[in-house]
Amino acid sequence: MTEARKKRVSITVNGTVHTEEIEPRLLLVHFIRDVAGLTGTHIGCETSICGACTVMVDNRAVKSCTVLAVQLDGAEVTTIEGLGQAERLHPLQEAFWNCHGLQCGYCTPGMILAAHQLLLRNPRPTEDEIRHALDGNLCRCTGYQHIVDAVQQAARSMRPKAPAARARATGVRKPKIQNRKSKI
Amino acid sequence: MIPAPFDYLAPETLDEAVRALAENGERAKLLAGGHSLLPMMKLRLVNPAVLIDLRRVPGLRGVRERGGKLVIGALTTHCELESSELALQKCPLLCQTARAIGDVQVRNCGTIGGSLSHADPAADWPAAILALGGELALKGPAGERSLAAAEFFLGPMATAAEPAEIMTEIRVPVFSGRCGSAYLKVPQPASGFAIVGIAVWLRLGRNNRCEDIGIGVTGLAAKPFRAAAVEKSLRGSSLSPKLIEESAASVANGIDPLEDLHASAEFRAHLARVYAARAIAKAARSASQRR
Amino acid sequence: MPVSKLVGAKIKRREDPKLLCGLGQYVDDVKLPGMCHVALVRSPYAHAKITKIDAEAARRHPGVVAVVTGAEVKDEIGTLPVSGGNETLRVPRHYVLAVDKVCYAGEGVAAVVAEDLYTARDAADLIQVEYEPLPVVSDPEKALAPGAPVIHPEWPDNVAFRSDLKHGNLARAFRDADTVVKQRLVHQRLAPIAIEPRGVVARYLAAEKELTVWSSTQIPHMLKGHLSQMLKLPEDQVRVIAPEVGGGFGSKLNVYAEEGLLAYLALKLNRPVKWIEARRENIRATIHGRGQVGEVEAAVKNDGTILGLQYKVIADIGAYHQLFTPAIPPFTGLMLSGCYKIPAISIEVTGVFTNKMATDAYRGAGRPEATYVIERIVDRVARELGLDPVKVRKKNFPAPKEFPFKTATGVTYDSGNYERTLNRALALAGYNKLRADQKRLRSRARYLGIGISTYVEICAMGPGMWEYGKVEVEPGGRVRVLSGASPHGQGQRTSFAQIVADELGVALDDVTVTHGDTAVVPKGIGTFGSRATAVGGIAVYQAAEKVKEKARAIASHLLEVDPDDLVFAGGKFTVKGVPKKGLTIQQIAERAQDKKNLPPGMKPGLAADVTFEPSNYTFPFGAHVCVVEVEPQTGKITINKYVAVDDCGKVINPLLVDGQLQGGIVQGLGQALHEEVIYDEDGQLRTGSLMEYALPRASGLPRLQLARTETPSPVNPLGIKGVGEAGTIGSTPAIVNAVIDALAPFGVTHIDMPLTAEKIWRACRQAKATAQAQR
Repeated sequence: MTEARKKRVSITVNGTVHTEEIEPRLLLVHFIRDVAGLTGTHIGCETSICGACTVMVDNRAVKSCTVLAVQLDGAEVTTIEGLGQAERLHPLQEAFWNCHGLQCGYCTPGMILAAHQLLLRNPRPTEDEIRHALDGNLCRCTGYQHIVDAVQQAARSMRPKAPAARARATGVRKPKIQNRKSKI
Repeated sequence: MIPAPFDYLAPETLDEAVRALAENGERAKLLAGGHSLLPMMKLRLVNPAVLIDLRRVPGLRGVRERGGKLVIGALTTHCELESSELALQKCPLLCQTARAIGDVQVRNCGTIGGSLSHADPAADWPAAILALGGELALKGPAGERSLAAAEFFLGPMATAAEPAEIMTEIRVPVFSGRCGSAYLKVPQPASGFAIVGIAVWLRLGRNNRCEDIGIGVTGLAAKPFRAAAVEKSLRGSSLSPKLIEESAASVANGIDPLEDLHASAEFRAHLARVYAARAIAKAARSASQRR
Repeated sequence: MPVSKLVGAKIKRREDPKLLCGLGQYVDDVKLPGMCHVALVRSPYAHAKITKIDAEAARRHPGVVAVVTGAEVKDEIGTLPVSGGNETLRVPRHYVLAVDKVCYAGEGVAAVVAEDLYTARDAADLIQVEYEPLPVVSDPEKALAPGAPVIHPEWPDNVAFRSDLKHGNLARAFRDADTVVKQRLVHQRLAPIAIEPRGVVARYLAAEKELTVWSSTQIPHMLKGHLSQMLKLPEDQVRVIAPEVGGGFGSKLNVYAEEGLLAYLALKLNRPVKWIEARRENIRATIHGRGQVGEVEAAVKNDGTILGLQYKVIADIGAYHQLFTPAIPPFTGLMLSGCYKIPAISIEVTGVFTNKMATDAYRGAGRPEATYVIERIVDRVARELGLDPVKVRKKNFPAPKEFPFKTATGVTYDSGNYERTLNRALALAGYNKLRADQKRLRSRARYLGIGISTYVEICAMGPGMWEYGKVEVEPGGRVRVLSGASPHGQGQRTSFAQIVADELGVALDDVTVTHGDTAVVPKGIGTFGSRATAVGGIAVYQAAEKVKEKARAIASHLLEVDPDDLVFAGGKFTVKGVPKKGLTIQQIAERAQDKKNLPPGMKPGLAADVTFEPSNYTFPFGAHVCVVEVEPQTGKITINKYVAVDDCGKVINPLLVDGQLQGGIVQGLGQALHEEVIYDEDGQLRTGSLMEYALPRASGLPRLQLARTETPSPVNPLGIKGVGEAGTIGSTPAIVNAVIDALAPFGVTHIDMPLTAEKIWRACRQAKATAQAQR
């Protein structure tokens, strides 16, 4: 095994630019946790299934255990710490709190960011759309029902007054989500 | 969880990328969205010495219409295809397939070219691209060539691309007339990969006569394939439920179905027959609703 | 009991804001100066001799601090502990790293300590281990067969223990029966899969003589005791901290090899060390649940009366015992009577060693198996006799006036009203209409199934297992609560604060609940067996009561009135008839610091602690109704409706109770439909990652309809029964019963879990073929 050449990257995490020499194999999740020192992004599997490591990269939800930091030179990353603060929670965080959408809290940061992605693309999701949008995030505690309730509540509270008209005006398009009834 | 060390290259042009690939040969792997490759590297099942990231190479992204075809850059993500207006109008099978892949986060990163090149026998894209009779553009040291999708897949994780060739584009025909399509899949309950996936594209003429049809099958066999016999028995005929079912029943004929923890060969073949009939019927319904 | 304000109210959790902001501290978030990272080399073989370990290349690898093998540490670290079991128990030596031979795929063989995680992982690949494969036995029934390879040669066969329970006259029951219904049932192995895998950080401060171990554990105090024994350190030199714990479900109710190993490495290297389990390790080397294969026989009368029940079961132990491995299958025996009056019961359990990871407590721990056995056989009886499954259940329920109800298995159900929960569930589900729909749809070749499960479970472990609670009103007026019931997502910081705030009449925000650090909380047992609130909650409640009584005595002294002339309300003692004359509990706490304000002989301070041990277990119960539609052609199951009426006694916080139930129901549904740990004949794990082991996801689940009845338990002063496992216990048989009911027209009477599409398709096809052959 030879020592791989290090690469210099600049990645903005929650508004702070981190410029570092890193091993190319450094996973984004380790960059966030160990280089940027933000431990709200969790690791729950190694096969891109559980979604605990979900963060936003340039406004797209990604699983940070399946991205190399070196791929994101110049990118903007938002982690759970960048979404809201304890004194000023983001509406999604507030709704998860209100609806008891978390128990052990380990999947929660990733779950909230996946929900955030959904609401960016679809401010008025149906229950079925919410459930499908969260399929990339596993929760073993809640049975998901309170999480679904929380996303519905957050969607309501984040919606502007005339949501349909506004969505059209800003070009927010509701992606078509396949209406699978059940995959079991 | 942690890949073995490797050197990382991020070429700025396609030629540079081809050169890097040619120079490093078997030691190198191409990185597109990384959602097929990185999981294998993290488990150290694949340990390339050099990783060539295509992210800086221009012109490999997006969906365009060119010369009566829809041209998809190899680095276009599943998500971009899922929500592409152009694809929705001109070739909705692309959107139907894209949204059946993985989950939101995977679709945000994974690319169509990456998936096709990886050639996982349970991947979704091969079914659609085969059904559409798509062409794959490959660029190598000897220049560019295009290959029919049907010639591209050789077996599990094996394709007809030369070691130093890079997939640049996927070209599929534009729907015209009373076209319809469907992608139906039985997902493996843990991974979401296809136990069986059936993509159908068809065009109806008068009296619901099937003028043309393409059926791509994934998950069933060691490599994805086009169900030519089923297509043949439907082409030129009026699509009655009975005919659809009878034709679909032959989808697994002559095929050696895969067998794993999640489905036996026998069950896979059965599911392929059932879902082929359903996908054909669904595509026919959507076509018949078009004027 | 005081008039409640907080107890019974939907209070948002106080632990949430930090978790929602990503500021919760889990083990992997613990970072210490100079900390090394540990990676384990695990056996690829299920059964093999270790003939050679060459670690030279790893030792020379830059950044590697140390490499240790089993042979090097076996005399330094004690073997892993086992609790429970009877005189038949065989306990093989279970080292933290394998010595001379490995007995399951995934067993630790060597450990690398390096400056960083990536280096540790690289160096692990450089360790060459030579193995000489031995014959493998992975199937528990085959492991019992004569001539099977013996895993632990110190004994003649693979029997790990036997446990029998016989009550009543079984022979007579079977003689008097009109019919005997038999069924073989498989409870597949499950992986608990807490989303946070396990993790350990250990640090030794030599000058302080303090070993601190941060572990993702449900039982910090028990772990402390065991570590002190394994490392031969006095208990006061060991401190265990359970920080935020990302789910457990029983899997962290244990003492694992890595906990002993990391503690040892910290001591030996005098540097902090960290090990975080990868998910692939988690599925291989964290305990599994269930794993029983049994045959049940019920002796019944034609009217559905159950006269006797016999269950012979093989429990798949795995290669070694973990902490409570032998204690789990006997719970199945204890609860085999279910919600029914069954005069004669016999259970024979044989625990069997196999070349696999150990089984141990997983959400329900023995009771889901019991409930599944009895609820499946009751449905089979109903089918056999042509009776409605509701009727058979009601026929055998004990009446409310028969409680406390003693079962033939020797346990006494504290309180219950089983018919009420069932009636409520049937009404919510619209049972009669469902049966009509079912009939109508069948005529159109659509297959609706209605599954019922009525369960009772044993909770609040229990007699012989206490819990510790302390309440102190600090001089500044804030209330500090310490509890030994260290949680992993249950929300004790909220529910225990509700109990104490009500009792002391203070604001919820004035109460702080601390747990999970053995240096702060002097003793404790932990959170498992649905015991935290019903045992730990009672301890803090009684401590608060004692605090209040002491405050009353001080107030009486200071106000110079008789204690009986004081009225306590709103956190204040006032003199009867003189409402202006009084002292708040905070004022009392402040004065209580000074001896001169106290009655003679009273110690300063306003604090009390309690070690509460219940006189009996509690027995939560409920009725679940599940409605599915099954497509025989593809084996696809769609859950249309799920109704659960649960009775967990007194509810402290309905929000948290609903959360426990919903999570539990979905976990039970996972067992019924998807989950199974599969080893092949060579003992290779075939479901070694989340790409193969399927967990329930948000889509594909119905909206669960929950309702409650509240039958207080008489065994504790708050009437709490416990709720952590109820959902899992109730849901699995409800779903399976529904699917089998749907397939009744095909003559299908049973399918073993998980109910995969292929199994359903095969069962229907088989039934069709049989029917055709008979025609």
